Amino acid sequence: MNISIDVTENKDEYLVTVKGELDVYTAPELKQVFEPIAATGEHNLIVDLSELNYMDSTGLGIFVGTLKDLNKHNKELHVLGVNDRIMKLFEITGLRDLMYVNKNSEVE
Amino acid sequence: MTREYDFIEMKFPSNPEYVGLIRLTLSGVLSRAGATYDDIEDSKIAVSEAVTNAVKHAYSADEAGDISVGFAVFNDKVEIIVADNGQSFDYEQIKTELGPYNEDDNINYLREGGLGLFLIETLMDKVTFKKEPGVTISMTKYISESQVQPNGEAISK
Repeated sequence: MNISIDVTENKDEYLVTVKGELDVYTAPELKQVFEPIAATGEHNLIVDLSELNYMDSTGLGIFVGTLKDLNKHNKELHVLGVNDRIMKLFEITGLRDLMYVNKNSEVE
Repeated sequence: MTREYDFIEMKFPSNPEYVGLIRLTLSGVLSRAGATYDDIEDSKIAVSEAVTNAVKHAYSADEAGDISVGFAVFNDKVEIIVADNGQSFDYEQIKTELGPYNEDDNINYLREGGLGLFLIETLMDKVTFKKEPGVTISMTKYISESQVQPNGEAISK
C-alpha cells in the first residue's frame, strides 16, 4: 500500500508515471512532484496511471489543482493509461470533460 | 433467536497511513459477504472518503485520536459505519439515531472540495449521518442475491 513515482523530462513535456495507491496518505508525495512542474509552466504534463491500482477524491483534487496551474501557462495535462475503475471516477465527477483522460497509454 | 447480522468493530489511529489498511479490511469483509468486484471497489472509495474526512477534521494536529469503523454484515447487505470520535458502537442504538444529511447541518466540512460526500452518495446504495458527538457516517451496499449462497459463501464464477 504505497506509491511509486517516476519522472522523465523530455523536450516539451514531463512524463510522470504513478504506480500503487493514491490516497490521503500518498497524495502529498505526488503533489510535491506536480507543483513545481505546473508552477513553472514550461512543459506539458503527461501522467501515466496504467499501474495505479487505487485513487479517490484526494487524487482528483491534485489533478484539478495541477490543471488550473498549467492552464495559466497554456500548457496541457494528459492523464493516460486510466483503468475502468479510475475512469469511472473521472466520469461521474465530470472531470473527464475538463482534461485529457485516456484509457490508452499514448497521447492521442 | 439468533441475530440477523454479524457486527465487526475496529478502531484505528486517526492517521492517514491507516486509510489503506481500512480499505484492505473492508475489501475482506465485503468479499466474504459475496459482493462483486465493482461493489467492493465502489465501497473502498466511499469508505476512504469518509475516513479521509475524519482523519482531516476530527482532531487537531497535535491531538491523538481514534476512528471507529463498524461493519454490520447481513445476508443481503453490508452496512459500514465510520465514526470520527473513536467511540465504541452500540449498533442497535446508533441505528435509531442515524438520519439524512440536511443542507443546513453544521457539518459543512464534508462539502469541502465537494467531491468526497458526492462520491459517497453516488457510489453507495444508502447513506445516513449522525451528528454529536463527532460525526458518524453510515454507508450501505446491497449484495445481489444471485451472488450469495445461503451459507454466505460467494459462488465462484
